[in-house]
Amino acid sequence: MSDQLSNAAKPRFRDTPFGVFLSRYLDSKVATLAFVVLVVIIVLAIIAPWITPQNPYDLAQVDVLDARMAPGEEAFAGYTFWLGSDGAGRDLYSAMLYGLRISLMVGVLSGLIAMVIGTAVGLTAAYAGGRVETLIMRLVDLQLSFPAILIALMLVAALGKGVDKIIVALVAVQWAYYARTVRGTALSERSKEYVEAARNLGLSPRRILFGQIMPNCLSPLIVVATIQTAHAIALEATLSFLGIGLPQTEPSLGILISNGFEYMLSGKYWISIFPGVALLLTVFCINLVGDQLRDVLNPRLAK
Amino acid sequence: MRKYLAATSVAVGLLTGAAYAEDLTIGLASEPTSIDPHYHNLTPNHALSRHIFDTLIGQDQVQNLYPALAVSWKPIDDTTWEVRLREGVKFHDGTDFNADDVIFSFERAPNVPNSPSSMGTYTSGKTLVKVDDFTIHVKTEAPYPLVPNEISQIAIVSDSIKDAATTADFNSGKAAIGTGPYKFKSYVPGGKIEVTGNADYWGGAPEWDKVTFRPIPSAPARVAAVLAGDVDAIDGVPTSDIEALKRSDGDKVSLWQGSSNRVIYLHMDQFRENSPFAKGKDGSAIKNPLLDARVRKALSKAIHRNAIVERVMEKVAIPAGQLLPEGFFGASDKLEVEGYDLEGAKELLAQAGYPDGFELTIHSPNDRYINDAKIAEAIGQMFTRAGLKMHVETMPRTVFFQRASSGAEGGLPEFSLILAGWSAGSGEASSPLKSLIHTFDNERGFGASNRGRHSSPQIDAKIEQALSTVDDEAREALLAEATEMAIEELAIIPLHFQVNTWATRSGLTYQPRTDEFTLAMGVTRE
Amino acid sequence: MLAFLIRRIGQSAVVVLLMATIVFFGVNLVGDPVHMLVSPEADQAEIARVIQQFGLDRPIVEQYWLFLKGAVQGNLGTSFIFGQPAVGLILERLPATMELAVCALVLAVFFGIPLGVYSGIKPKSRVSQVIMAASIFGFSLPTFWVGIMLIMFFSVQLQLLPSTGRGEVGSFLGIDSSLFTLDGLKHIILPATNLALLKMSMVIRLSRAGTREVMQQDYIKFARAKGLSFGRIVWAHLLKNIMIPVITVLGLEFGSLIAFSVVTESIFAWPGMGKLLIDSVLQLDRPVIVAYLMIVVFLFVAINLVVDVIYSLLDPRVSLTGAKS
Repeated sequence: MSDQLSNAAKPRFRDTPFGVFLSRYLDSKVATLAFVVLVVIIVLAIIAPWITPQNPYDLAQVDVLDARMAPGEEAFAGYTFWLGSDGAGRDLYSAMLYGLRISLMVGVLSGLIAMVIGTAVGLTAAYAGGRVETLIMRLVDLQLSFPAILIALMLVAALGKGVDKIIVALVAVQWAYYARTVRGTALSERSKEYVEAARNLGLSPRRILFGQIMPNCLSPLIVVATIQTAHAIALEATLSFLGIGLPQTEPSLGILISNGFEYMLSGKYWISIFPGVALLLTVFCINLVGDQLRDVLNPRLAK
Repeated sequence: MRKYLAATSVAVGLLTGAAYAEDLTIGLASEPTSIDPHYHNLTPNHALSRHIFDTLIGQDQVQNLYPALAVSWKPIDDTTWEVRLREGVKFHDGTDFNADDVIFSFERAPNVPNSPSSMGTYTSGKTLVKVDDFTIHVKTEAPYPLVPNEISQIAIVSDSIKDAATTADFNSGKAAIGTGPYKFKSYVPGGKIEVTGNADYWGGAPEWDKVTFRPIPSAPARVAAVLAGDVDAIDGVPTSDIEALKRSDGDKVSLWQGSSNRVIYLHMDQFRENSPFAKGKDGSAIKNPLLDARVRKALSKAIHRNAIVERVMEKVAIPAGQLLPEGFFGASDKLEVEGYDLEGAKELLAQAGYPDGFELTIHSPNDRYINDAKIAEAIGQMFTRAGLKMHVETMPRTVFFQRASSGAEGGLPEFSLILAGWSAGSGEASSPLKSLIHTFDNERGFGASNRGRHSSPQIDAKIEQALSTVDDEAREALLAEATEMAIEELAIIPLHFQVNTWATRSGLTYQPRTDEFTLAMGVTRE
Repeated sequence: MLAFLIRRIGQSAVVVLLMATIVFFGVNLVGDPVHMLVSPEADQAEIARVIQQFGLDRPIVEQYWLFLKGAVQGNLGTSFIFGQPAVGLILERLPATMELAVCALVLAVFFGIPLGVYSGIKPKSRVSQVIMAASIFGFSLPTFWVGIMLIMFFSVQLQLLPSTGRGEVGSFLGIDSSLFTLDGLKHIILPATNLALLKMSMVIRLSRAGTREVMQQDYIKFARAKGLSFGRIVWAHLLKNIMIPVITVLGLEFGSLIAFSVVTESIFAWPGMGKLLIDSVLQLDRPVIVAYLMIVVFLFVAINLVVDVIYSLLDPRVSLTGAKS
């Protein structure tokens, strides 16, 4: 009985859209590995407080006497700096995981906010049409024609440092990508038969938009979101490197790298190399996953 | 204790016998903003101008005065200084130097259009009178001992350029005519500045035929440039690279260190009943604890200065107990560096009524002084250990100085506790005393950087007395006394004196300077 | 046509004005340049003099009005730090930046297209997979990190190339550029490579996608069936077809190269306008920041306008009334 059931269920799962998606995604070993690594990274970042010997943001736990310890040396507090310590005496392993949290948080949060805003704007444009659409899309085109780094630079220069400010800057940089994607998809969906059919059934335009069209925008949105998150993380690191990103005391990966940058030539490789590798691995994995998602979900979506 | 001047080469410079180039390239951490020596009162500009122009009185590597275009100077009455000029000096264009050039230079210096920071700071209150072609009288309104010191800051330009000489004319080279050891050759902003040796220099032909200054603001890039041999010398070697340079690249690069006249210190809010960043541990408003001298003393005791020097500054700094390193004019020889005493600090806090500490934020720039943000973090850690609940906030200097000076309502300082630094341009204690310790006084120009607003009539009187005492010995004693009083009252908490490091390729030596100038004249072949 | 042009120019002017307003207020509301500029030794009177000299004592709206009045006459203000017109200061550094950007572009195309075409022709081969992974790696690498690695490896370890700065400037056909001297070429290799990496990844991906699409077209199959040599097919049919989109995209991306040169120029001490911008941001030289952004905004708006006009002339489907069918 149970055998029969599972036998019956299996092909059904493979035939569901998700099943098809999954099997196509798993086609690429590299992408699968990247996904696994990414999940590990995210989990490590989330459970950081429970698996690190030190809270690097708590001044009571950080001691400047422990500054620049080589990997393997022991801290005053008794634990071992497996990855060494940085210039302020932070355990690099702890600081990296906490920094990863900030970097991911900044990347994901700014991506989510930008997605909500961008989707709303894109759908509005597609829904309203006419002058409103022209106006919105002109704005989007205008923004997209400016390099993201320039806009972010300008905003951060004007807003000042801080997590909230850098998120605002990153949202401002990203929303247009989502808006363009959603509007593009919505326009092409609008002309498809099922929308035609829904319209003939007398469904209200709003219902068509949110009930029918929006779900179909989901897959391109996911692809854009993945790639944009990687961009946002790298952009934050770059801004921090240029000295106009996040504050020093609660360092993201970008700050850790730029702090380590000072020690590049001094032989204290661990201060810059480890956070650099962490950042690289994170961004690289997200990009690999995004790339595969693009191939699987929407092969025709160009950058 | 002796003056810290030990400029030791830490490298074993191996003479390979290779032919020396007659050209020198120097990588600079900060770029001069103009060739015009009167345009901007800024260290890199002064340093560059010393190559092309001379001053009447020079400052040597420890800021002692020596005769340059002036051969002698002395007060002839309470308000007049007589300056005798050197004869037979020629400008780069062949014209002769005389008193008219001096008068012209002093008239031009404070009045350069668009100057972001004018030389008026040094010329104000002084009237120059030409007595004959090689004698000048400098008159002041009141007795003023710093006349030689302040006129040593003004570069002498040729009066043949007249009023038509704009800053742009200097930058193009048209007006860049001085009497200095090097002649202007070219200036590409952001790129490089070239000068060539002046074989007819009155002080003897300079060491180098051609000197190129290349601004390389990024520290690792600068170090890499000297390691790669692209430049022969650099300034501002970051503390983080010193150990490694000593260890692994000793045969390529030599390091030269000397203490600077810059003290890194803490200023504490001492004028508000409620200080915005000092709160109870539960976040409630409390009476400003920093008004209590015992609390200030406790904070000073809680600072492990040796740990900061050792771990943050990588041994490249000197723990400070006063405003200038010992040996400087007006530094006290009685003051000791406050020892680290955590228990004593806790006890004092308890006595002052804060057995459980309070909440405090330290604000600091993060791009102004050597390792500034890291020092602030270390201070935060140390005060946390004394029982305080600390926050550390660092920001770029563009934001920091405005908020620290006048960020609160009514143009008052915004913060409760700040980290900052002070470099004594004149090389004597009157400079920090006047600006950091004296009561803030807009009208009379005192206490301009007193961001803690400590105010003591006794200290003020001492400082003002010193500033009108022409006799050097008496003034030195007065300055030392004022310093002792300020440290006693904890008007300020000194942390350490910066030590500056230069690097040259091996085979060259550099003479470190307390004023942080980087001069080609200081680079010599071994 | 004329009406279209006038309307587009009008729109562009509105955009420029809007950006000017945002930029001006954004930059003028933070920090205080005076404390950056005056010597710490200066007394209060000197501070007051500097505030007055730069007009910072006036209400912000009045400052804005004065800025607009000057801007109309082509004067975007005088640098606080250098005391020279900000526009001149920026244009003086433009050639260095252009040089770097053009070199980076050439490198990106020169290496990117062959690699992309190869991996497009043989998408399943091991080499192609490595190329594709490398291209993803290429745009995952933060530019600043790569820059310092390049210096470490090529300048410090191998001592092959100079680490920073721009080389000797030579003159050829009346143009001054550091590309005309050996010293200059040596200096530009590392920064240009650094700047090129990001775009190279993009070119690889674009030309790979293009190749894959073109290779499935009937005319390629036909050419193959006709017995044309493979090399000839690639040369005559493939490259011609993929070059157009690649070049179009790169043209549009040229602006982002100039923007990204901010990072590269800071690391390699390249005396271009990007480094000037960062210096100005760090020192709060407001007129230069505003002028830089205004010049860039103006350039972009102008490029967009020209592209739109050309497009509308070439493509009959785009109607000149502005509303898309």
